[in-house]
Parts: sequence; C-alpha cells; structure tokens
Amino acid sequence: MIKSLRGRIALIVILVIFSLSSLYRNQLKLGLDLQGGMHIVLEVDDPEGTLSDEARSQMIDQVERIIRTRIDEFGVEEPLVQKVGRDRIIVELPGIEDEGRAKELIQQSAFLEFKLVRSVQDLEPALRRLDRQIVAALGEDSVRALGRAVEGPANDVLAELFGDGAVQGDSANADAEDQAAALAPFTSLLFDGDYEGTYLVAVQDVPAAKIFMALPQFQRALPRDIQLHWDWEVIGIAASTYRRLFVLEDDAFVTGDMLENAVAQRNPQFNRPEVTFQLNRVGGRRFADFTAQHVGDYIAIVLDGEVVSAPVVNDRIGANGVIEMGASSDIAEAADLALVLRAGALPVKLRIMEERTVGPSLGQDSIDSGKLAGIIGLLLVVVIMIGYYHVAGVLAVFALAVYVSLVLGGLSAFGATLTLPGIGGLILSIGMAVDANVLIFERIREELILGRATRTAVDEGFAHALSAIVDANITTLITAVILFQFGTGPVRGFAVTLSIGIIASFFSALYVTRTFFLIYLAGKKASDPISI
Amino acid sequence: MRFFDQAKYPFIEKRRATYMLSAIVIAVGMAFMIYNVFSIGSWQNYGVDFTGGSFIQVRFDQPTTAAQLRAALGGPDAPPITSFGDQNEFVIRAELTDEEVSVVADGVRRQLEAAFGTGVFEIVRQESVGPTIGAELQQKAALAMLFSFTLTLIYLAIRFEFRFGVAAVIATIHDILITLGFLAAFRMEIALPTVAAILTIVGYSLNDTIVVFDRVRENLLAKGGRRQDPSELVNRSINQTLPRTVLTSTTTLAVLLSLFFVGGAVIRDFTVVLILGVVIGTYSSIFVASPALLEIQARFGDSSQSADRKKRRRSATAA
Repeated sequence: MIKSLRGRIALIVILVIFSLSSLYRNQLKLGLDLQGGMHIVLEVDDPEGTLSDEARSQMIDQVERIIRTRIDEFGVEEPLVQKVGRDRIIVELPGIEDEGRAKELIQQSAFLEFKLVRSVQDLEPALRRLDRQIVAALGEDSVRALGRAVEGPANDVLAELFGDGAVQGDSANADAEDQAAALAPFTSLLFDGDYEGTYLVAVQDVPAAKIFMALPQFQRALPRDIQLHWDWEVIGIAASTYRRLFVLEDDAFVTGDMLENAVAQRNPQFNRPEVTFQLNRVGGRRFADFTAQHVGDYIAIVLDGEVVSAPVVNDRIGANGVIEMGASSDIAEAADLALVLRAGALPVKLRIMEERTVGPSLGQDSIDSGKLAGIIGLLLVVVIMIGYYHVAGVLAVFALAVYVSLVLGGLSAFGATLTLPGIGGLILSIGMAVDANVLIFERIREELILGRATRTAVDEGFAHALSAIVDANITTLITAVILFQFGTGPVRGFAVTLSIGIIASFFSALYVTRTFFLIYLAGKKASDPISI
Repeated sequence: MRFFDQAKYPFIEKRRATYMLSAIVIAVGMAFMIYNVFSIGSWQNYGVDFTGGSFIQVRFDQPTTAAQLRAALGGPDAPPITSFGDQNEFVIRAELTDEEVSVVADGVRRQLEAAFGTGVFEIVRQESVGPTIGAELQQKAALAMLFSFTLTLIYLAIRFEFRFGVAAVIATIHDILITLGFLAAFRMEIALPTVAAILTIVGYSLNDTIVVFDRVRENLLAKGGRRQDPSELVNRSINQTLPRTVLTSTTTLAVLLSLFFVGGAVIRDFTVVLILGVVIGTYSSIFVASPALLEIQARFGDSSQSADRKKRRRSATAA
C-alpha cells in the first residue's frame, strides 16, 4: 500500500468518492423482506420422474428464457429470474401488488392448440366401455363413495330440465338387465350439451369426473382419435351451474408455436375482451386449408387443455384469428393471455415449491424503523468512542464514517441486496470495525503506560494489535464464505453483507485509522502527549 | 478514563463456579428442549422455513380478535393463530395439504374475505414453503455449521496451536447450546434469519475468544513465557484484554439495543438472539474458552511442553 501521507489521504478520498458515487448511481437494493414483493421458487413438475436430468436441465433453460420474456413484458422494475440447481427457477418481483396475477403469468403453460370439435355420437359407442373400466379400476365401493348417485337412471329428474331429456345414461338403461352394468359412474354425470359436441357436467360432479378421466384405463378406453376437454368457464343454466365437456379430435391441426403475434383488444361490437392473433406462414397455410375443408364445423381453441372458445367455421380462415374471452373476463386477463401467447408456451408444467410475499406497507415500516435504529446505533457508538478515547475517538469515528461509506458503496457496486439478516451482518461487521479500533487504542495506551514515546507507542500499538485483528477477521470471513456457499436467499444476503463489511472494517482500522493518526501526529514532536 | 485499568481479577481461580453456572444453564436449556419434544413434537419451534407450511400475517384496519379470526377459519378446525406486534395483527400458521404450496394461503385469503369482506384486511406477509425445500434448508444449515467449525479449527490450529482451536470450538458449542436452550425455553420460532443470527453469535464469540487467545499467544512467545505458570499467564491475558472486551461489548450492545427498541417488530426476535449472543460470547471467551485451554493443556499437555518432556526423557535414558 501507499506509504506517504499524501498518497494515503488521496487513496482514501478516491475510495470514498468511488463508493459514494456508486451508491448514488446504483442505489442500495433492498431485499424483498424489507421492500415488499414476491419471491417464488418453481420446479419442473415431474411426479413420475420420467424426465432425465439432462431433459430437465434443458427444459429449465427454456423455461427461464420464456418466463423472463413474460416478466419483462409485464413490466416489473428490477425483476430477478434465475436458474438454481438443475431444475429450479427463482423469480423475484419487487413491489408487486397483484401476486395472484403475477403467479398466473409465470406458471401458465400457455400451450395453445386448435382442434376440431367432434360429434358426441362419436363417443357414444365407447361410453359403456368407459364405465366398465372405471368400475374395474377403482372397485365398486370406491366408485359409490365418489359419486353422489352413480346409478344410471338417477339423473332422469334433472335431465327433464333440458327439454329433450336425452340423458347419456340412456345407453346404460339399454343394458338394464345386467345388474352390475347399472353402475354407470361416468355416464351418469353427463347431461346433454347445449352446444355442438359437448356434454354438461354439474359443477359439484366435476371433481369426481376428473378423477375418472385421469385413470389410465379410462384414457385407453377412449376411441383412439378422440380426447375430452373441459370448457374453461362455468356456465349457469336454470339456477344450476355446469361445466361443458367437449368431445374433440385428439390431434391439433395448428399449435401455439406457429403463432407470430397476439394482441388484446376490446371487441367493439359486444364490448368484450378478446385476443387477436396472427399465425406464421406455415400455420396460416394449415389453418386456411383446414378451415376450407370444415366449413360449418366447430373448432375448439384449447389453452392448457381447456377450451377457451369454440367458434363455428363460416368460411375459410387465413392467418388471422380471434380468441373471444368469456363475459366474466376483463381486459387485463386478455392482455395477460396475449402476453403469454407471444412469449411462448412453457415446455413443461411448473410447480411452486416456495412462495414468499411481503406487502409494501410492512416493507416500508421495516425500512423506516431500520434506518432510524441504524442512525441511533451509530450515534451511540460515536458518543462512546469520543467519550472514552477523546481525540483518538474522533479519529476512530472518522475512520468509521469512511467504513460506512465503503460498505454501502461496496454493497451497491456488487449489486448485493440488503436483507433483514443482512442488517445482522452489518451490525456484526460494524462491531468488528469498532473492535479493531479499540484493540489498537488499548494497545497504544498500554505502550504509553509502559513509558514509551508517543510515536513509538502508536507504532507499537498498531503492530501488536495486528495479529488479533487479522485472525479475528479471517475466521469470521471463513464463516461468511461458507454461508454464501450453503445459504439460500436471506442467509446469502447475510453472508455477502458480512464479507464486504469485514473487508471494509479491516481496511478502515488498519489503513484509515492509521492515516488519521499520522495526520494527527504530523504536527507533533515525537514525545508530545496525545489525547487517547 | 480507563475501565479495568491494571485489573487483576482471579478469573481462572473461579473457574469451577463458572463451569457449574454454564452446566446449569445448558442443562435447563436441554430440559426445555426435551420438554418441547413431548409437548410440541420437536426440539424447537421450527418455522415454515424448515418444516414446510404456510405462514400468513394479516393486518386488520378495524378492531379484530383472534377468536373472530378463528371462527372465520373453521372454528375448532382452524389452524393455529397468534397475535403479532400491534393489536390487530395476527399470524396464521397452516400446514400444507396439497403439493402446490400456494393453495393453502389462497384458501385462507378467500375464507377471510368471505367472513370480513374485502378491503378491511391486508395480508402483509405470506410465506409458503414446500416440505422438500424445508428439509433441504435444514440439511444445508447443518452442513454450513459443520464446515465452518472444521475450517475454523484448521485455521486456528495453523495460526495458533491445535489446542487453541479446540478450546475455541468448545466455547462456540457452549454458546450455541445456551442459545438453543434459550430459543427452546421461549419457543421462539426458528426461521432462516434465526440461523443467520446464530451464526452471527458464532462469529462474535470467536472474535472475542481470538482476541484473548492472541494475548495468550503473545505472552507465551515473550521471553520466559513458556516457563510461567500457565493458569497465571492465561489469567493475566484475560485481565489485559478486559478493557477492550468490555468496551467492544458495550458498543455492540448499544447498536443492538437501539435496533431492539426502534427497529420494529419484524427484526425484534432476531435482535433478541443477537443481544443474548453478545452477552454469552463475551462470557464464554473469558470463562469457557480460556479455562478450556488450560484444561486441555493439563490433560494432554501442550505441544512444546510434551516435546520438552520427550527431550528430557531421552536425555535421562542417555544418562
């Protein structure tokens, strides 16, 4: 290090200016626990463990890119999207107000498909088989326990609500002589649809129906080219609520990856939100060919497995289309949908492993009281140091001021965030910075008591205190580095703050205090008394 | 002004008494931990960070009681509700029932909205941690402690002597045990910041211990240091560093106390642990680490002395 007094002062001044300007430019980033916001950890959802490590890792890279695009477009200031480990992603959104919407935006797969709506007639022959498979898979008792009334004819009363009364349980009735076959767990839940290619299922029956449909035996028993999809909305008919179940062609003729652009707008005619989209060349040609062949048929727009809308094909449709949102949607939902469609679909489902949100008011309270406490604490240190060490105490306080600006500047320069535990780290390092000064001053006093000349005493004091300061700082630094390695989130913040604090305290005690002492001693003779 | 100038307190002489004190405090803490195992099922009141679960902090605009909240959340089936800080603020701790961690917290929010209406309360903090993450955090925290112990031991063994490292680790374990006992006694919630607080204590205590040991080392290396009575030498070292020990502890406590009184409710638990740690850390560097150094020496001999003894023995046989 620079030895001349001028050089020392210059170095300190440069470092302080550098720190303060970095602090001014970058501001001190506050952790979500202090500032408010949302922190979530997502993992690739793979309950069966079918994905190889490599596949997961590749997927998570893709996921990271897509989520980043979505969030950037959503417009959050200073978001963090970071891959951790092999298959996890951390998303941090400071100051977010509507966490439900943000979560939806991140987690939504946004897998868009266009599928042909088939006639319910195509499913009819398979219904008996489906029922039998469910009973075989789950056993009679659990089937009975699941449904409120699983006997086919039980729905007749309700079915009359729908005029033609053609309950799909009819097919079960045909085999009424077979007692065991009367158990129709699935078909008994189905009512005639209000729409081409749909059934209706009462909302309270939807969970049971979903359990049945999730059975592998059920999936195998479906006709090969047919798949069932739920409508994404609940509809009300005559005081009851239902969800539509669509019978769709299994293969999608166009998918979301052929999308070029999507924009949310309000339909001028019905004042309902909608998303208009534009397909790329390949998608546009396929769409045009397909719709030309299917004029008069219905096409389902399926988002993440649920049918968003199912318009009729009036004419050949080119590269542009519209997704009409239901009456209950608002324009923000349409905007979010357009956004996730533009950003692209996630290649895999994500599961939230950890979620932390801190409201903005709590954050503000913490910042205010933390600042006040910090200022009072530092003032107390100033009073104690000056009261106990007089002029030397003043020198230590100046060194401490340099220390504080170095730490804050260092934190902002490294882009570290200050968290609640980080404040703990800061206090520990302030304690150590003060301690280093105390060690030196006590040593100088001892040397003075032993009768050494002032200048010798100061030199000896610094020299003797050195080993204790070095050892104490290095052991603490060891702990900080290990914490950084093992810690996550807040503990990491603690480790970073502590490390920067220790390095700064080391420098401030041994170099800055020394320099101030040299300035203090500059005008004195070797034997003049000092105030310590 | 100088406190404890030329102090000559017989710290080492009194070590039996302080051993007893430490033993009693640790035993009481252990008793609380065992009591906790039987009454709440684990040594400590682990927070959602380690067990997995949902922590939901709600602030109401209007006077609300915990009983009202309990009624809104399913009466006798309601998850545990405790009040927090100000009057109309509560913490609800719910177990996770689903794989998706946010389901429970969303459910609680809906139930509260149904009972109290929207706009009268704010969920100021919500933390949901899946059980896998919780288990991982627990493992990582334990590993971090283990590694920092080992590396500290190695560093001190190199810079001082092996016995200094062992004595420092003993003092650190002593501090951690007392802190854990304290946490268990008051059933303070163990969260990630608590781990950081415990590690801060470890850092502080080590710092304090090293300053005393540094003086011991210096006195040992001084002319004739090895020939002095070890306990007298250690006692002198403690007394010599006493002014520094007291002053440093005072300033650190001053900062912590200001944080405790004006730092706000969020940081208060954290600060309490740190204050306790500073007191214990100061105590242990004088009454645990230094005597431990002597005990190790008395039982196993210090390395230089045993070398001396060997030399003497060898010369004896030669004669």
